[in-house]
Amino acid sequence: MKIIVLMKQVGNKDAILRINRDETWIEEGDLSFEVNESDGYALEEALRLREKHGGEVVVCSMGPQRVKSVIKDALARGADRAIHIAGDDLAHVGPFASATILAEAIHGEQPDLVLTGLQSDDYGFAQTGVILAELLKFPHATIVIEVDASGERLRVKRELESGWYQWYSMPTPALLTIQSGISQIRYATLKGIMAAKKKEIREVTPSAEALSGAAQHQRVTKIYFPLKTKQTQFLGNGDAKAGAAQLAEKLRTEARVI
Amino acid sequence: MSNGILVFAEHRAGAFNKTSFEAIAAAQQLGTSLQQPVTAVVLFTDDSLAREVAAYNVAKVISAENPSLAEYTPDAYTDAMEQVVRATDPQYVIMPHTYLVRDYAPKLSARFGKGVISDCIRANASGDRVTFSRRIFLGKIDADVVSDGEPPVFATFQSGAYRAEQAEKGSGAQIESMPVEVGEVRMQPEPAFQEVKQAVDLTKTDVIVAIGRGIKSQENIALAQGLADALGGDLAASRPICDAGWLPIDRQIGSSGQTVAPKLYVALGISGAIQHLVGMKNAGTIVAVNKDPEAPIFDIADYGIVGDLFEVVPVLTEEIKRLKG
Ligand SMILES: Cc1cc2nc3c(=O)[nH]c(=O)nc-3n(C[C@H](O)[C@H](O)[C@H](O)COP(=O)(O)OP(=O)(O)OC[C@H]3O[C@@H](n4cnc5c(N)ncnc54)[C@H](O)[C@@H]3O)c2cc1C
Repeated sequence: MKIIVLMKQVGNKDAILRINRDETWIEEGDLSFEVNESDGYALEEALRLREKHGGEVVVCSMGPQRVKSVIKDALARGADRAIHIAGDDLAHVGPFASATILAEAIHGEQPDLVLTGLQSDDYGFAQTGVILAELLKFPHATIVIEVDASGERLRVKRELESGWYQWYSMPTPALLTIQSGISQIRYATLKGIMAAKKKEIREVTPSAEALSGAAQHQRVTKIYFPLKTKQTQFLGNGDAKAGAAQLAEKLRTEARVI
Repeated sequence: MSNGILVFAEHRAGAFNKTSFEAIAAAQQLGTSLQQPVTAVVLFTDDSLAREVAAYNVAKVISAENPSLAEYTPDAYTDAMEQVVRATDPQYVIMPHTYLVRDYAPKLSARFGKGVISDCIRANASGDRVTFSRRIFLGKIDADVVSDGEPPVFATFQSGAYRAEQAEKGSGAQIESMPVEVGEVRMQPEPAFQEVKQAVDLTKTDVIVAIGRGIKSQENIALAQGLADALGGDLAASRPICDAGWLPIDRQIGSSGQTVAPKLYVALGISGAIQHLVGMKNAGTIVAVNKDPEAPIFDIADYGIVGDLFEVVPVLTEEIKRLKG
């Protein structure tokens, strides 16, 4: 089974975000980057499927040279090889264009399965995978929390809202978007890190045609911190311990919960 | 020329989702600002479900019908909706941002060579230009978005962005049956189910101390447990804590966990992503401790401490013991 895993690099979740001068994106200069959370789980699922059924895991990431760190980490964790779709602005092209570029890059690979996270932690479009499935003419399922590839058809468990679940079956090749928590993620071992150095990273650039699909169906005009709607009483004024003492008092006298 | 707003009303096994009425409210408001008619669409085998939607103030309800629409599949829904969109030629297609819509709307929009303006919290029309606002970075930042492309524009609205009660009732809209063709349906659904009864029922506790990724490690959970004990409450968590296996899933609060409304909810090191907020925003008193002053959790907190939870929690625990003592 050949599995392609699409992995995106996003800003570190713990970072304090600052808005850039144009108010169109965040200041990236002071950010550190990491792999998008659910994409990490998608890779883990791919590695487990390969352990069970054999085959190959190919990682694909798009973006500037810095995304190589995501790729190298994936190779160290066990992916066999990688495709890097290189381009400085590729993080901002919108979901349809992203999917078009990805489709072009992986089309020739003829995968049995394409896995990716259910949404990115930055733009949060939650659609690149589904659009890609449509472009590749693959059936798909989203928010997947279990994959059974042992039968003739692929069987996947999907998370629905408020504690409901549902199994779907479908033929392969197929595309699945994976929910965080599908399994426990392994860390790269030293051996894995050494082995990764010899693995292939094929660098490709999108064709002008694929890029032209980047017509602006959604153009960001401005970003800003959300307007606060609730009057929060901030306690302690920077002194965490004083805040804690004040809070205990307020919980008793104002909120009357103790 | 494209005109009007098409709004998708979602149901599962015949029961409409509350967010469908929120989407209708969004579509009606947009329709009023743009002076364009609103058409609702229901997908099913016959027109029996369309009546409930026809009670709302819309120009008409399209009942798109095919035996393959008895149960949701992305293939059947996309085929059906594509025909309805092409037949009605709207400027905007409005949908609720539910798990079902997330599963097929991008496939639908792809057939029109574009993506969806997803998970919006607002839409403002000025003249005939609509600016959609959506949350990015897990709720930390808002982005205003416009579409420069050809219609239709596909947009989904976050749960709670509009209130279902705001959806205006009408005098009974006309129902138009539209038989639609559905091609090969490749996905086969099995019946939906709930996991066996949860061991912990957090909906009945008065006090919840919830931990998020800010707790850093499993060993540190004891600290939060200490606070929960002092308050006489229960421990709960955001999703990443349960994903990591640090707490069992039945302690997870949010859209894919439990929905609670205790008297007191203390959020320690939780950023406040929408999927978490929907599970706890109706709590009586909400306390948030977070070192990031811009964390979205503060938007719904009554009391906030900007600071390190590892400094706050021991003092808070001691103070509460003292006050209770
Ligand atoms: C379909 C779907 C369903 C989901 N369902 C759920 C769900 O049911 N429940 C849920 O919770 N999430 C759910 N999520 C995930 C959700 O989007 C967020 O990723 C998640 O809630 C984030 O958890 P968190 O706040 O603990 O972590 P983060 O967002 O990483 O936040 C950690 C916070 O801790 C703060 N912090 C760090 N260190 C300290 C310190 N020492 N002291 C004080 N503060 C500190 C940081 O400033 C940050 O704000 C779902 C997502 C999707 C896409």
